[in-house]
Amino acid sequence: MLARVRSAAVLGLQAYPVDVEVDVGIGLPAFTIVGLPDAAVQEAKERVRAAIRNSNYQVPARKITINLAPADVRKAGPAFDLPMAIGILAATRQIRAPAAPNGTMLVGELSLDGGLRPVAGLLSILLGARSRGTRAFIVPEPNAGEAALVDGLQIHPASTLAQVIAHLEGTSPIPPLRTAPRAAASPPDDVDFNDVRGQDHAKRAMEIAAAGGHNVLLVGPPGAGKTMLARRLPTILPSLTWEEVMEVTQVYSVAGLLRGSGPRILRPFRSPHHASSTAALIGGGPGPRPGEVTLAHRGVLFLDELPEFHRDVLEVLRQPLEDRVITVARVQSTVTFPAAFMLVAAMNPCPCGHRGDEKRECLCTPPQVARYLRRVSGPLLDRIDLHVEMPRVLPAELTSVPTGESSTEIRARVLRARAIEQARLGGAASCNAEMTPRQLRRHCRLGEEEKAFLRGALERLGLSARAYDRVLRLARTIADLEGSDGITVAHLAEAIQYRAFDRPLRLLG
Amino acid sequence: MASGLFGCYFICVDRRSLGRIGEAAAGDFLERRGYRIIARNFRCPFGELDLIARHGEAIVFVEVKARTTTDFGEPFDAITPLKQRRLIRLATYYLKGRNWLGRPARFDAVSVTVCADGSVARIEVLAHAFEAGG
Repeated sequence: MLARVRSAAVLGLQAYPVDVEVDVGIGLPAFTIVGLPDAAVQEAKERVRAAIRNSNYQVPARKITINLAPADVRKAGPAFDLPMAIGILAATRQIRAPAAPNGTMLVGELSLDGGLRPVAGLLSILLGARSRGTRAFIVPEPNAGEAALVDGLQIHPASTLAQVIAHLEGTSPIPPLRTAPRAAASPPDDVDFNDVRGQDHAKRAMEIAAAGGHNVLLVGPPGAGKTMLARRLPTILPSLTWEEVMEVTQVYSVAGLLRGSGPRILRPFRSPHHASSTAALIGGGPGPRPGEVTLAHRGVLFLDELPEFHRDVLEVLRQPLEDRVITVARVQSTVTFPAAFMLVAAMNPCPCGHRGDEKRECLCTPPQVARYLRRVSGPLLDRIDLHVEMPRVLPAELTSVPTGESSTEIRARVLRARAIEQARLGGAASCNAEMTPRQLRRHCRLGEEEKAFLRGALERLGLSARAYDRVLRLARTIADLEGSDGITVAHLAEAIQYRAFDRPLRLLG
Repeated sequence: MASGLFGCYFICVDRRSLGRIGEAAAGDFLERRGYRIIARNFRCPFGELDLIARHGEAIVFVEVKARTTTDFGEPFDAITPLKQRRLIRLATYYLKGRNWLGRPARFDAVSVTVCADGSVARIEVLAHAFEAGG
């Protein structure tokens, strides 16, 4: 009396198939799950038992053994509840259905009353199984929104165990889901760039950052509008392509943050608190789950109060900033998550926040300021292209200054610049921030006059050699925003002023 | 027999005869329900099984709990995980001795509530009360 039901599990963002084998044998009654189950899988016993009984079927007083094959990979989560229940019913001949009906794959968590609850990572499971040739699926109804994103499959959404049984027996088949139309993304209309009064310099910097995909550091006193500005960055970025929508949705599906909603069509904006742990930021846990850098994939990662973050937390950001992916290594498994985000960091100019302010006196001693600024390491700063100083907004400005341009106007310019960049770079890199050193040398050639200017400026300001590449990259984006083929002295001059933090102790005088 | 603070409640029926009354009542009750008793008070080096019965195909090991009062919890609560493990060991010993390990088997529990005068007030049967391991 053996039954085999096909299911799947997720490791990282990838799914792998799992066969749920159920043997109901004679002997002292027992319910045993083998195949490296974690706590949630062990607890499936109680859910499965109650769900079967409350659906008016019986769990026999027999020796029930369930094996999750392959037996050497750790199984996590409650998604095996449904295949286990169906396996027990099939093995005890309580339902008349083939052991693995038409190769149908089953996924779902059971509640005690026999209802089906949504599972995390369903999108990954469907995409993975599709590439392995599985065509038919039974999934929890609450997951239907995300399941409908995958085309070319027969996906049957069920809300109860009884419905699944009726479907498998053929008495009441569940109609397959219709594939959802590809929703077009429209930027959120509750936030807009013209909400921010004044700060034209910083707005310009954000526009350049968006156009080239550059990382930004905002430095200014409390209340200067750093957070407000960062939150509005997604509104001037290009919309996600459908491929990007699927990437982002898959991440949120695996993280269990999708629950019931459809695709994630907007660029994510994540602002983890500065007390966040390393694992929260890069991802972690025994079967690693995506962290903040991955949840910000294709969007914006905003780190407010940058110096308040633990040093080791900031250092782990180096790999994703460089490689656009994060690798989480565990004894059991090594997982690579995507992490192509734009970093926006914000900090005060000193611990009290008022250094450089004309109206309020700074109370910090020079050693205090030095210690504060040193908390942000050089290697991290080196990966941030724009350093922007934001002065305090004067009360007069708040009321008198006319509202600036709207996000839509700025976005139009960003899109034009991105189109130029994409046409020039082609292939893998889609914006100037992703240029390889070789591409940088080819596309950022300077004339004699410009070379002399840049050399002089670097010397006079005491900027390092590594700042040279950053300035070139930034000047390229500024030229692209203008639609200019060559990089001129004016572009270089604007780019250089965004390197203020390369001399941290002299920042803001 | 019983003494101490709560002793007065137990004086009427002593503990050994309470067990005998319970087991007899449970046996009769199960036989009326279609069980066939094949052994009573099966003793072995590990301890004692109250009743062993046939119910259809299955060999049933019955643990009888007799109580005069539920002041100290329901009788079924008295079958602790430790006692379950002991019963599982006993059952395995019994089945192995008769080469019956291949037969379906299960554990039932019977609770018997006995009045102060020794008459039986209530009998409850919990079929498939617990499982062996897993």
